[in-house]
Amino acid sequence: MLEGAGKPVQIAIRRLGRTANVRLAGEFDLKAAPQVREQLDGLIDSGSQRIVIDLRQVRFLDSSGLGVLLGRYRRISERGGSIYLLTAAEGSVRTVLEMSGVRQVMPLLASESEVPRA
Amino acid sequence: MTQYFELACPNRPENVGLCRVAVATFAANLGFTLPEIEEIKVAVSEAVSNVVVHAYPGAEGVIALRCDESEGGIVISVRDDGVGIEDVALARQASYSTDPERMGLGFVFMESFSDEFTVESKPGKGTRIEMRKRREAPAEGA
Repeated sequence: MLEGAGKPVQIAIRRLGRTANVRLAGEFDLKAAPQVREQLDGLIDSGSQRIVIDLRQVRFLDSSGLGVLLGRYRRISERGGSIYLLTAAEGSVRTVLEMSGVRQVMPLLASESEVPRA
Repeated sequence: MTQYFELACPNRPENVGLCRVAVATFAANLGFTLPEIEEIKVAVSEAVSNVVVHAYPGAEGVIALRCDESEGGIVISVRDDGVGIEDVALARQASYSTDPERMGLGFVFMESFSDEFTVESKPGKGTRIEMRKRREAPAEGA
């Protein structure tokens, strides 16, 4: 239950052309939000058009993390880009994503193979 | 005496996790299930994040957290002595936020993940949020 509690969010980024794969791990809350926002904004500003954000190793998500995701969606969609979210099929992160309604704008996918080809 | 704890800490982002983990540990000791604890963690995180982001604009202040064991559940109180909320009814509406980076879902999550949820606030005096959650009844024969 308390595994990873208070652990800083970890971010791993892999870029393939205009696609960026971002893997997050840890707790995505108010403390982690500025770090994740900065990294994602950097990708958008440097021309990434498709960002696949892997949340499967995220152990906690609240509205602070959701705000970062939605804010980045707004920015990239203004440039014609898109964001895809990889999530576990169940658990609190999935529940929070479902309740927020973000899936109406960012698809919730189970694995990389479900991401539409560029 | 029933079980309780109190925690006071500065309005810093890193203390959101501290409060969340403290309440989760307390709830686990009371016998809440893992899914219930996950919901409690989100509700606490939202309440404490609100204090950090909104209660003391540009200033330091205190997050005051208290948890009490109640009959069949837990009572969580998050209090601040900050600027307060002008219009609580408006703030509780989904999608209401004074910060464009936030989704206005904080109160929605607090309410959804509690069985009872109250907000008391006075402009210039501060805000107190109370969330009550009951433990899931054990399965028959368990």
